[in-house]
Amino acid sequence: MNYFEQINQTDAEYLQEQLKQRNDLFNVSRRSFLRNLGIGTGSLVLGLQLPAVSAVPMKWADKPAADNVFSPSVYLKIAKDNTVTVIVHRSEMGQGIRTSLPMIVADELEVDWNNIAVEQALGDSKYGSQNTDGSRSVRRFFTPLREAAASARTMLTQAAAKKWKVAVNECVAKNSFIVHSNSNRKLSFGELVDDAMDLEVPKKESLSFKSPEQFNFINQDKQVALVDGKDIAMGNTSFGIDIQREGMKVAVIARPPVIASKVKSFDATEAKKVKGVVDIVQLDNMTEPPFFKPLGGIAVIADNTWAATEARKKLKITWDWSEHREHSSKKQKQALKESSKTASNVLRNKGDTTAALGNTKQRIHAEYYTPALIHAPMEPPMATAEFKDGIMHVWACTQTPQSSQRTVSQMTGIEPDKVKIYVTLLGGGFGRKSKPDFLVEAAILAKKQGYPVKVIWTREDEVQHGYYHAESYQQLTAAIDDQKVTAWQHHVAEPPIGSTFNAKAKHITSEANLGLIDMPYNIPNVRCASGEADAHHRIGWLRSVTNVNHIFAAGSFVDELAHHLNKDPKDFLLEMIGDDRHIDLSEQAEYGNYGEDIKQYPIDTARLKGVIRKAAENSGWDNKRKDNHFMGISAHRSFASYVATVVEVSKTKDNKVKLENIWMVSDSGTVVNLERVRSQMEGAAIFGISIVKYGEITSENGMVEQSNFHNYRVARITDVPNIHVDVLINNEPPGGVGEPGVPPIAPAICNAIFAATGKRFRELPLYQQNIFAS
Amino acid sequence: MITLTINGKKHQLDVAPEMPLLWALRDVLNMTGTKYGCGMSLCGACTVHLDGEPTRSCTLPVSAAKNKSVTTIEGLSEQGDHPVQQAWQDLNVPQCGYCQSGQMMSAAALLAKNASPSDGDIDSAMQGNICRCGTYPRIREAIHQAAKKQSAS
Ligand code: FES
Ligand code: FES
Repeated sequence: MNYFEQINQTDAEYLQEQLKQRNDLFNVSRRSFLRNLGIGTGSLVLGLQLPAVSAVPMKWADKPAADNVFSPSVYLKIAKDNTVTVIVHRSEMGQGIRTSLPMIVADELEVDWNNIAVEQALGDSKYGSQNTDGSRSVRRFFTPLREAAASARTMLTQAAAKKWKVAVNECVAKNSFIVHSNSNRKLSFGELVDDAMDLEVPKKESLSFKSPEQFNFINQDKQVALVDGKDIAMGNTSFGIDIQREGMKVAVIARPPVIASKVKSFDATEAKKVKGVVDIVQLDNMTEPPFFKPLGGIAVIADNTWAATEARKKLKITWDWSEHREHSSKKQKQALKESSKTASNVLRNKGDTTAALGNTKQRIHAEYYTPALIHAPMEPPMATAEFKDGIMHVWACTQTPQSSQRTVSQMTGIEPDKVKIYVTLLGGGFGRKSKPDFLVEAAILAKKQGYPVKVIWTREDEVQHGYYHAESYQQLTAAIDDQKVTAWQHHVAEPPIGSTFNAKAKHITSEANLGLIDMPYNIPNVRCASGEADAHHRIGWLRSVTNVNHIFAAGSFVDELAHHLNKDPKDFLLEMIGDDRHIDLSEQAEYGNYGEDIKQYPIDTARLKGVIRKAAENSGWDNKRKDNHFMGISAHRSFASYVATVVEVSKTKDNKVKLENIWMVSDSGTVVNLERVRSQMEGAAIFGISIVKYGEITSENGMVEQSNFHNYRVARITDVPNIHVDVLINNEPPGGVGEPGVPPIAPAICNAIFAATGKRFRELPLYQQNIFAS
Repeated sequence: MITLTINGKKHQLDVAPEMPLLWALRDVLNMTGTKYGCGMSLCGACTVHLDGEPTRSCTLPVSAAKNKSVTTIEGLSEQGDHPVQQAWQDLNVPQCGYCQSGQMMSAAALLAKNASPSDGDIDSAMQGNICRCGTYPRIREAIHQAAKKQSAS
């Protein structure tokens, strides 16, 4: 997820201001305009002014990041053959964005879906933010794309009316035609392109939009075939790993096993003997903070991947270890436990929690630990670079083509406008591919070697040299008086993402927005705080980020409280949330709200309770349970969407559990592609199962101990129960979809296990606990 | 020189005999439909058919494919209309799509042997194929649908 945009309120406000000012359309296909630019005409091209955001906030950077740049445009092209080309500027990584963004345009503009074509945008700040993370492609571009489409529709309609010499309001757009029903005439969009090109773009205020009952796709239960579905079925797709260039060589890199260590010496004699090896190249050492810099090491360049990986095994490298050699997960856990005890950095404060906890008769305390995680997208990072005629071309499975462009430029000394980033399909991203270190490696090698180079990351490379989701120690304490929770204290210690950009960062910052300070229960005394934590790896963001650990702890703890009070966990959740209201945290915390305006996207308790009630209804929570079947529940708002989950387990005679059913209910407001929202919820549930059962990165002597899917396991088909997804639809502004399904899964599973067995698991993962029946 | 028969066509390759078939396909023959995910027979992304048997090409030396017939995703059908490929499209099974060549090859091999697999049959035939995006529920559904279609035709 990108953080960078939401991290600090000032950035977010600045952004919104810019968005308001700059979000105007202009007709770049006006003949004069095009003539001036020397561009041929022939299609109606609409530009959109959208904000771009620098990849790293100044605040986090040792040295200033690139400036915020604001310039046009997401383009829509309408050609004379009726094709409406939507230039998708966000990366496709399985969320369906190459299908969903065009659906917004097709709906508002009234395009026959068969006339839609999709073009992938290059990395370019003129498109506005291309950082495909933070679950916000639809959230941020729903309105701008509708405006672009409505403008185009208005212009085509005006062009037709002019031609027919009738009033504009007698003409309507329908299925790629403008129709004049009074006279039964119609003209296709393509036939109107020439005339529309000479018109002024209408003022934004003058635009009219479709009303919800006129939508063809938006908020409709209509499955659209994925734009890449057929190519995927035939193996015709082009992912990062699939790029081939004339004269290209393949490189794999032996990176320092302990971060920031240096190559002391190396012997490549044996490696060079492997048939197909072309060259062995030492890369510059990485100095901290890591940013998106390559890690250094020794690159083996060969004719093919096999030769490169075989030769790499034969390298003999002596490392000059960095201080991180001292790091071990066991020591780290102890240190985090200590620092979360006092947690001096207060992030949310309401009432007097210390006094309330001191005075209470019933004080409940629980400690939770979640390990580091790695993304493990099925396609590891992959990049191919070619330096030709002064231009650096890079093809890669990147979530962030613009920060890739900037970082490649900075690290190779090539001007940004001479760096072209081509976004391939991504074989999964989950946040890993937001970090362009792998593109830089390819660019450096291509520039140095003079031929195209594809850098392959093996699975081992991906698991051992990632940007990790940080381990987290959490201490929760509550006071109960007269059957009511009167105080809630949530202390965390976890290495911050900020440490990747600033070596001195020891406290979480924006991570607190994710499931910590946004705790929605109506409790008079609240304290959320962080303790210091040292990072010994690059820390990054992974699907739903710190919501994963914060909600595992908070969602388990609230269930613990329900059991202490002998209350039904679902009823207790509703009771704790309390009245329908918009939660106002302004007096208690600096809340980022995922970069959104809190008025437009409030923390709405009615919607949170709505998904809980619906999940209870769908699962039959209040009915008599089947014999030996037990349920757990959890709910959370993240990325401006609400998700509740009920998990049902069955219990075997030997007190083990089997996952039987997962019910997911989401409310992310207006939905563009309902079928893809469902698929994201299914995927999120399974991502959550991986976290609960298997996900664990540990280190010893500063080195990651896991290496591939045998010891970094992820969910397989046999781990997956029936998943029932229910997406609530309404006309609220669209919320995020890719991530919000993940957080409630872990607590709901653990709450169900507790209901079944009486065993409370406060540490993940569970695979060593012998709790799941095989 | 090693001669391989891939999707019915003979290819001459000048590669080390121990090079895994996966890299021979991808890097030498430029057939990139077969994917890499682990290189250790753990994920199934590289699944091809070797004389009809689902096989992990990442650990299969090219020399072991001599005199055998290899089918890759590119050769599963001419038009992308194998019942498995059709069901995958009808149900929008893929998310990112990266694992799906391997998933479909495993599914097609299952259906070739078992015309109407149960959920249990599907789980055991497909458990070697990881999908990190989590498309397993749809994979199950699509295999059932493909089975129906296959038996109807
Ligand atoms: S790449 Fe062959 S099984 Fe994973
Ligand atoms: S669809 Fe992405 S890994 Fe399976």
